Amino acid sequence: MEPAKREATKRWLGISPAVLVIFIFMVIPICIMAVYAFLEANPYGGVRPHFTLDAFIQFFFEYDFDDNLVFNSAYLNIYWRSFVLAFFTTVLCLLIGFPTAYYIAMQPTNKKNMLIFLVTIPFWTNLLIRTFSWILILRDYGVINNILLGMGVIDKPLTLLYTNGAVLIGLVYTYIPFIVLPIYATVEKLDLRLLEAAHDLYANRRQLMSKIILPLTAPGIIAGGILVFIPSLGAFIAPNLLGGGKKLMIGSLIQLQFASSRNWPFGSAAALFLMAAVLIAMMIYLLGPARKTDLGENAG
Amino acid sequence: MPETAIEVRNITKKFGVHTEHEVTALDDVSISIKDNEFFTLLGPSGCGKTTLLRLIAGFEYSTRGQILLYGENLIGLPPQKRPINTVFQHYALFPHMTVAENVAFPMKMLGKDDGETKKAVNEKLELVKMQDFANRKPGQLSGGQQQRIALARALAPHPKVLLLDEPLSALDLKLRQEMRTELKNLQRETGITFIFVTHDQVEALTMSDRIAVMSVGKIQQRGCPTEIYEKPNNRFVADFIGETNLLEATVSKVEGNDIFCKLSDNIILKGEGETGKNVGDPVTLAVRPEKIALSPISEQTEGSFTGKINNSIYLGTDTTYIISVNGKSELASVEQNSAVGKVRFKIGDEVCINVADNAIRILED
Amino acid sequence: MTNQTIAAPSSKSVNSRSASRKFFKIGRFPGFGLTTLLFFLFLYIPIFILVIFSFNSGRSATIWDGFGLNWYAKAFNNDDIQRAAINSAIIALIATTIATILATLASLVLARSRKFKGQNISYSILMMPLIVPEIVTAVATLSFFSFVGLNLGIGNVIIAHTVFCIPFAFMPIRARLQGMDSTLEQAAMDLYANEWKAFRYVTFPLLMPGIISGAMLAFIISIDDFIITLMVSQAGSTTLPLYIYGMVRMGITPEINVVSSVMLFMSIIFVSLSYLIGRKK
Repeated sequence: MEPAKREATKRWLGISPAVLVIFIFMVIPICIMAVYAFLEANPYGGVRPHFTLDAFIQFFFEYDFDDNLVFNSAYLNIYWRSFVLAFFTTVLCLLIGFPTAYYIAMQPTNKKNMLIFLVTIPFWTNLLIRTFSWILILRDYGVINNILLGMGVIDKPLTLLYTNGAVLIGLVYTYIPFIVLPIYATVEKLDLRLLEAAHDLYANRRQLMSKIILPLTAPGIIAGGILVFIPSLGAFIAPNLLGGGKKLMIGSLIQLQFASSRNWPFGSAAALFLMAAVLIAMMIYLLGPARKTDLGENAG
Repeated sequence: MPETAIEVRNITKKFGVHTEHEVTALDDVSISIKDNEFFTLLGPSGCGKTTLLRLIAGFEYSTRGQILLYGENLIGLPPQKRPINTVFQHYALFPHMTVAENVAFPMKMLGKDDGETKKAVNEKLELVKMQDFANRKPGQLSGGQQQRIALARALAPHPKVLLLDEPLSALDLKLRQEMRTELKNLQRETGITFIFVTHDQVEALTMSDRIAVMSVGKIQQRGCPTEIYEKPNNRFVADFIGETNLLEATVSKVEGNDIFCKLSDNIILKGEGETGKNVGDPVTLAVRPEKIALSPISEQTEGSFTGKINNSIYLGTDTTYIISVNGKSELASVEQNSAVGKVRFKIGDEVCINVADNAIRILED
Repeated sequence: MTNQTIAAPSSKSVNSRSASRKFFKIGRFPGFGLTTLLFFLFLYIPIFILVIFSFNSGRSATIWDGFGLNWYAKAFNNDDIQRAAINSAIIALIATTIATILATLASLVLARSRKFKGQNISYSILMMPLIVPEIVTAVATLSFFSFVGLNLGIGNVIIAHTVFCIPFAFMPIRARLQGMDSTLEQAAMDLYANEWKAFRYVTFPLLMPGIISGAMLAFIISIDDFIITLMVSQAGSTTLPLYIYGMVRMGITPEINVVSSVMLFMSIIFVSLSYLIGRKK
């Protein structure tokens, strides 16, 4: 065989098993799910093979007592709530994550590696368990209320669990390592001589931060923001455990349709909307900041 | 007449064929390298010298042409089937094996028995004076020591040809100078044909039996070090190797091999070159600065001409003078400071310029 | 102009007090250290509370009644927990093994060959499980299994886990390969090793730390997975996270803390080992 052909055969033999497994058990399933969104629901789970747009209509309308379609904002509200919570999660993660990532990156090598390792450990430990620990802290006779009651600050427990605040804490707690790591990576690459040059040219600390450090670390900040925003949007565990049954987010909505509600087409449609939102966020990132990143790297 | 070890016939190598980034790395190159020769491929980075080496080793496939090893065609043979070994630029020692295991590796791959392997390892480590380091890992050795191990490893299976890809470039200056002599000795002792790739003209001139100067995928000139230095063919070779004065002139008279060139109205120089130039043709002349001697204006002799010192650069062992002739052409001249009774010139001095016989080369282009 | 250039340097030295001049370090900002400290407290306090209360002797997961290992004894004698733990281990072991082998083959191609047609698309497909939201993967996989009518019990979960383990195994292996000098393989071939021997004696031993660290990450990701398992698992294939989720919904006792703590320790040991092996040269 020709060398070039032999190379191509070897390449194909090496890469196709992994690609095929993901293609068959992930790409095709997503396509099937997309088709399900246009079919009739089977009340016992699954679908009936009849084309209908019911799933999409249900998103915006409901039938009133006279069987008329009227506008219903309940599901849109769930999406809106999810966006707002994901947005505040991202902001909070940035406010805590940036100083932390920056501080770690400025430490001597050994300490730096140790601290980054400590950031990654919870990242690899079970999310369900870590979220569960917040129930222990936030519930009516949990750690915070017990301490406050014991100190006599309050005389009956505050409602902390099953609130938007609880969900927000859970989301920040889940995703904050995602923002620290990319910011850390850009700060670590920062040329310290630039900071010296800025001070030499009469910049004070505030100007150093706003004119030098933030612009140069923007790619890491934006990458981290995306890494927090996208999974927060579709999060399931934190809203489910800390938000209770009433504070639904997109993730719980989708899960419910496939579980107790047995409305697979509607769940599929909801999942498609979530995918679309994620794709839009990715596109904005790839078309905007990612390009700037290239320029930034060329300049540096 | 010694046998030909490697014969490169009309080799062309293109990268990125059928794409918009097609690059011709080697353009119809032919060389023959003799048995037991220290042959150097010299050129700037990107000239194709490393590509040629990788083709001989078998890491790349040529687009066209043939490579013969003692008359046997190598094209299509993978590197493991060629009795040719490479010393890589950054040595490529296996980090998870000891020095001895590294050197034993080719013997094991060739299926040699333990006794023979052991003997080869000891011999080669002794040859490069590294027998005390047999049980170290490559990571524990200095750059110079790693270099020696890479040599020992490549020599262990006793290849017919050894390829060396800029092996000294990662070493510091002092070590590099030592290794030059050592490599040359090693080549003489083993009697193996060495093909050495470098961009360093000093390395090439000091070690080689013959040199091929390459640029933009082509061989510009081949010959022994003195030929390359004293008789450059073209502007590239004259300029790339050593310092040189390039002068524009026109041919005024041709007498056999001697070509007289007019630099200006009153200066006519006699040059040599294998070019078929006729009277009136424009030519480029090359003269090495050390072939230009200066004397005080009062000692003018026949065949010399005058100029004015524009600048003088003191370099310790010698001094470089920049001289203007007729107020326009600039010449560099190097004078040794050690010469007895040497007059030192000052900027602005008028001097008499003598060019040594046979020192002027007429270039091809 | 002249005024400014003269004034600026002098105002810099006048304004800075001697103390701050002494400690002024370029690129340090006040409050950043404190934020970092709070960050780590925020990250670790919940975990410590969880672990501490697993040693509570009383019935409450949040009111300390004294030290006791009684909940550990109870958890270790719970048949359901044992069954869930065995399920988790079987799923993770099989999914990890398959995913690591596939990821190693793929990374050898993607990190070692020149650009080829289909390279970008292959890479995108390999990375897909990291980009698609987990809940979407979960319901899509469920739709697929019901469409095809696949009822392999624990086998369904293993397939789903293998898919998302591939990119996690792939990343450390590829990173290791990229950090590896490709001239080593060329050197081996130059020294008469054929392709198989070059792989066996040079590439594979050097790649081993990457493979081990990729396998460990895949294992942890599989053991920890919740949402996808929740959607695709059938009766009899309950894993530890599913069991814990069930317990949380039934009411909170220190038994959950015990199971959680044991899983935490396992994860930390695994990740630490993976980190140490991955760093080894």
